[in-house]
Amino acid sequence: MTKKMPPEFYTMLEEIQANDFVILELNLYLNTHPNDYAAIQQFNEASLKSMEMKIEFEKQFGPLMNYGKSFSGYPWNWKDTPWPWQV
Amino acid sequence: MWYYEKKLQYPVKVRECNPRLAKFLIEQYGGADGELAAALRYLNQRYTIPDKVIGLLNDIGTEEFAHLEMIATMVYKLTKDATPEQLKAAGLGENFVNHDRALFYSNAAGNPFTATYIQAKGDPIADLYEDIAAEEKARATYQWIIDMSDDPDINDSLKFLREREIVHSLRFREAVEILKEDRNTKKFF
Repeated sequence: MTKKMPPEFYTMLEEIQANDFVILELNLYLNTHPNDYAAIQQFNEASLKSMEMKIEFEKQFGPLMNYGKSFSGYPWNWKDTPWPWQV
Repeated sequence: MWYYEKKLQYPVKVRECNPRLAKFLIEQYGGADGELAAALRYLNQRYTIPDKVIGLLNDIGTEEFAHLEMIATMVYKLTKDATPEQLKAAGLGENFVNHDRALFYSNAAGNPFTATYIQAKGDPIADLYEDIAAEEKARATYQWIIDMSDDPDINDSLKFLREREIVHSLRFREAVEILKEDRNTKKFF
């Protein structure tokens, strides 16, 4: 059931995964180091970058998130494959 | 409340169909120190842990579900094209007659997941020490699976997960220090 996607799908997705990992790692770090100003700046910068990258990705490949965190195309395309275990 | 994002935390690639490796990986799916146990353990502890470390348990617990999805993806990809004969040869014959290729929350030996894998002591230090131990045990398990695996693509994803256990352990150790510090500054007479 593995759906063949164009190469841009994989490169854009990997860039998003890499940037989101930076955010997650800073998030956990800041939970125990709440006064690290430089880390908070990095967190906010990476978060803004994440939003911008996802807008571009979603224009080409449909919504990344459910329940109103992404906009839908017509027809409804949230339920479209591939799901993460299918790529 | 949680939102789903249609992506894995880290890519999972599989070189070839390999049900034997899938059988080992199930340890991290429904085993005592696996990702399901980890997610349920931390999210359950949130309610009674001191406020200063709730956020950490919330976020690490959430990340564990992303790891559970990565393990599931590995198992799914390693077994989806396997014939019944291949599954039987890999020691998954008993699993196949009960579940076909569906994933089942069990450990590598086939024992079903149980809530007894998760302690809930209500003592913050006891709970956090359990969490540190769980991370170290999971790190060791990942190392042993990597030692048994000859799939370089799977090993790349497993090394990512092994490193996450190390970071989680470090964060839990910091949480212990935060609580100790907090305890020492509070004076009751």
